[in-house]
Amino acid sequence: MFQQLLHRSWVRLVEHLDGPLLLITCLLMAAGLITVYSATYDSNNRALGQVLNLSVGLAAMWAVAQLPPQKLMRFAVPLYILGIVLLILVFLIGVKVNGARRWLPLGFTRIQPSEILKIAMPLMLAWYFHKYEATLKMRHYVVAGLLLLVPFGLIAKQPDLGTAILVGAAGFYVIFFAGLPWKVIIGMIVAGASAAPFVWTMLHGYQRKRILTLIDPSTDPLGAGYHIIQSTIAIGSGGAFGKGWLEGTQTHLEFIPERHTDFIFAVFSEEHGLLGNSILVVLYLMLIARGLMITANASTLFARVLGGSITLSFFTYAIVNMGMVSGILPVVGVPLPFMSYGGTALVTLFIGLGILMSIQSHRMLVKQ
Amino acid sequence: MSNRHSRLNTQDNELDRFRFRVTIAAGAVVLAFAILIGRFVYLQIFQHDYYTTRAEDNRISLIPIAPNRGIIVDRNGTVMARNYSAFTLEITPSKIDDLEATIERVGQLIEILPKDKRRFRKLLDESKSFESLPIRTRLSDEEVARFAVNRYLFPGVEVKARLFRQYPLGTMASHVLGYINRINKADLAAIEEKEQGANYKGTDHIGKTGLEQKYEFQLHGEAGYEEVEIDAGGRAVRSLARTAPVSGNDLTLTLDTRLQEITEKAFGDRRGALVAIEPSTGGILALVSTPTFDPNLFVDGIRTEDWDQLNNSPDRPMVNRALNGAYPPGSTFKPFMALAALELGKRTPGQSIFDPGFFVFGGHTFRDDKKGGHGHVDMYHSIVHSCDTYYYMLANDMGIDNIARFMGQLGLGSRTGVDIEGESEGVLPSQEWKKRRFRRPEQQKWFAGETISIGIGQGYNAYTPIQLAQAMAAIANNGVMYRPHLVKYITDSKTGEKTMIEPEPLRTLPWKPQNIEIIKKAMIGVNKEGTGARAFAGAEYVSGGKTGTAQVFSLKGGDYRASRLRQELRDHALFIAFAPAEQPKIALAVLVENGGFGAQSAAPIARMVLDYYLLGKRPKGPAKDDDAPEEEE
Repeated sequence: MFQQLLHRSWVRLVEHLDGPLLLITCLLMAAGLITVYSATYDSNNRALGQVLNLSVGLAAMWAVAQLPPQKLMRFAVPLYILGIVLLILVFLIGVKVNGARRWLPLGFTRIQPSEILKIAMPLMLAWYFHKYEATLKMRHYVVAGLLLLVPFGLIAKQPDLGTAILVGAAGFYVIFFAGLPWKVIIGMIVAGASAAPFVWTMLHGYQRKRILTLIDPSTDPLGAGYHIIQSTIAIGSGGAFGKGWLEGTQTHLEFIPERHTDFIFAVFSEEHGLLGNSILVVLYLMLIARGLMITANASTLFARVLGGSITLSFFTYAIVNMGMVSGILPVVGVPLPFMSYGGTALVTLFIGLGILMSIQSHRMLVKQ
Repeated sequence: MSNRHSRLNTQDNELDRFRFRVTIAAGAVVLAFAILIGRFVYLQIFQHDYYTTRAEDNRISLIPIAPNRGIIVDRNGTVMARNYSAFTLEITPSKIDDLEATIERVGQLIEILPKDKRRFRKLLDESKSFESLPIRTRLSDEEVARFAVNRYLFPGVEVKARLFRQYPLGTMASHVLGYINRINKADLAAIEEKEQGANYKGTDHIGKTGLEQKYEFQLHGEAGYEEVEIDAGGRAVRSLARTAPVSGNDLTLTLDTRLQEITEKAFGDRRGALVAIEPSTGGILALVSTPTFDPNLFVDGIRTEDWDQLNNSPDRPMVNRALNGAYPPGSTFKPFMALAALELGKRTPGQSIFDPGFFVFGGHTFRDDKKGGHGHVDMYHSIVHSCDTYYYMLANDMGIDNIARFMGQLGLGSRTGVDIEGESEGVLPSQEWKKRRFRRPEQQKWFAGETISIGIGQGYNAYTPIQLAQAMAAIANNGVMYRPHLVKYITDSKTGEKTMIEPEPLRTLPWKPQNIEIIKKAMIGVNKEGTGARAFAGAEYVSGGKTGTAQVFSLKGGDYRASRLRQELRDHALFIAFAPAEQPKIALAVLVENGGFGAQSAAPIARMVLDYYLLGKRPKGPAKDDDAPEEEE
């Protein structure tokens, strides 16, 4: 009797979870935890805090996975509108931290509304395309583009280039999977390339400096180039097999900035070398492969474009983060998914994971 | 139905298109990750060595450890310069946000005087970054304890044990020793030039004058290094390895501090110089310049008040008169002239001249000091009684260039090469010298009349006391000339090996022994029956000497002269001597500024020095002026 109850609740617990996704994520979380521990144990240990963050994230993932996609669809418009309103409020009354206005004070705490858009953006566009599925015309893509540009502009204006890129990419992936004609994509690439000089003039000084120092970090070894130089040294000195866990000198002598958050990859790479990096890349590849597989088998357009966008978002996080830490992409504030220490951002990632699981576990239900 | 079919078709098309796009996306993902892996391979395999070095450079810092400076002892082992360890309170400005406030707070615990703050501020302006700088030196044990208890309140402030230079003899022989002081920018450039930059990284002080300067690179030693692991903030985390510094080499001098002390005391408060040389080696036994100064004042950075006092004193204690004062030799020049006459065949010893008390040349009358003259004078008496007319005539007969050539061989008018920097050349007048010295053609010509007063050591003649002592030693040593030197040997701190500063014969002058004998005899006569007889009455040894009086030659500066006009008008007194006559162990030159006649004030000092050096007799007080010299020079 009791065994039956246990069995039934176990079934209830795991029925909407996806085994492969969960396994890959657990491996990433484990790698993240040992690295957070290594990066922080000698000063202010964050590993326990990260366990708590991960638990909250997992809970959120589980909860979201229970919701069938058509229920999720109902959140699309309200969440999007809420996000936009909050972004405008940030613009008006936001708190300035380190020269960027990203936070909204809520009395007891403060929130970062741009985080909502990471989910709300693809959700909204997926809903939009789903709604006009049968009658998709060019103007729908234009409208979708506008829906994307509004939050993108507001976030970029804060300025928060990293989140803007993530939100923009998530929205673009939806439009791409919804069938944006190739000639438009190619046209946009051409237009983008020719507009680059114009965009250059619109960038903030610090953003420009980051791009310049990316091209040659040694021009500013104590200023903007310092982060890239130090993280590159950490990776390079890690070698094939790394210096060993807790043995990274760049890490423990504090040469690596933001070493438990955005630059955690430098710590991992210094201590575990090329071997560790390769394993990590393979894990991300598997995560993305599983996501795309789920997406390809999804039953509705909404689920497909949403799932595709979320999966490619994971990719965006991973490539932008590792690219910047290893010095081939500019430094923007993007965490390494499931590894970087974080609260809200981590929960957002888990919600994405939950959506993917929901799509996977509810594909049959929709068909019925 | 058809509608439904087409819709399904659309759906299938849409699905195909979607799956195609997923494939494209998957391809892009794989490609991007491949590029990333490529980057990792490049950094972690191909550039691994380079980045390992960069990481090590980041991590490891070499902290220099300053070596102990070599000590300086005299020929008997008396310590003249040494080091002692004392606690200093040091601040590392780069580790402190509000320097003012920190100094203020530290000041409540340990007394910090305004002069300490001034010095600290000066050091701060000159310092290299990351250096820790002393705010207070020589802490008492109680102060050290008081700070140690409250240490945690003052990050960036530390008590450090440092070695300080000390000159235990105080003002004695300060012109010989010189002093050390903090390294300034000019010193830094000199260090870089010698490629000693790395060796001086941890060193704060450097020899500025005297032996401390000349033997700086012997005394300094080799810096040690501590390899420490540092974090990104530059804080030392732990020590990895240590290379001990090698102490500087020790100097043992030829100088005898007891003789030096007696000599300095003999001068009393008179200004002057004395150089005593061992003729057979050139080793300097005593090198005195009065007044002296206390080199200890400089070690921690001299206080402004002290510096002003030393520099503004009309007695100019910072000037090393023995090496940098150029004085006309007066009658001490005569034995050299006489020897020149013998060597050049211009006079024979027995050849007499008649001295009516003056010598007329070109319508100008050159007077002898003795009214009515000396009458018939031969070479012996010309020296014993210091007859001017004899030398007026002799100079005229020899001509300026013969004189210059001979005196040049004796080392007059050129640097002796003694082991202290900044020696003056003096002036050895000659036709060629005058051409170089003056610009206008009418001034450049040498007049025969100018040669006359050169003969009695006046005119353009100007030599340093050390040059006179060297010339005296050359005669005492029968023409074998040595380079005067202060350091006898250098002891290697590591091996204990002693490197002798070999007595270096500069040259052997090809004089006839009988000629030298004639001059020596005459100089012995001076102390027996001539102008030095009163000063040397009752001496238990045979000595040779020659008195001299030089017309005033001001060192430099007009205010000095104005403020002390009366005394300044007095002549300088000189005396050169050697003893014992048979086998000279010491040769010396004494100068007393504005001392009047040489016999009056310089000879008694020489007597005291010789009495002590040869007999061990200690004088009771400073040499007294002989108020009634038997004979004027």
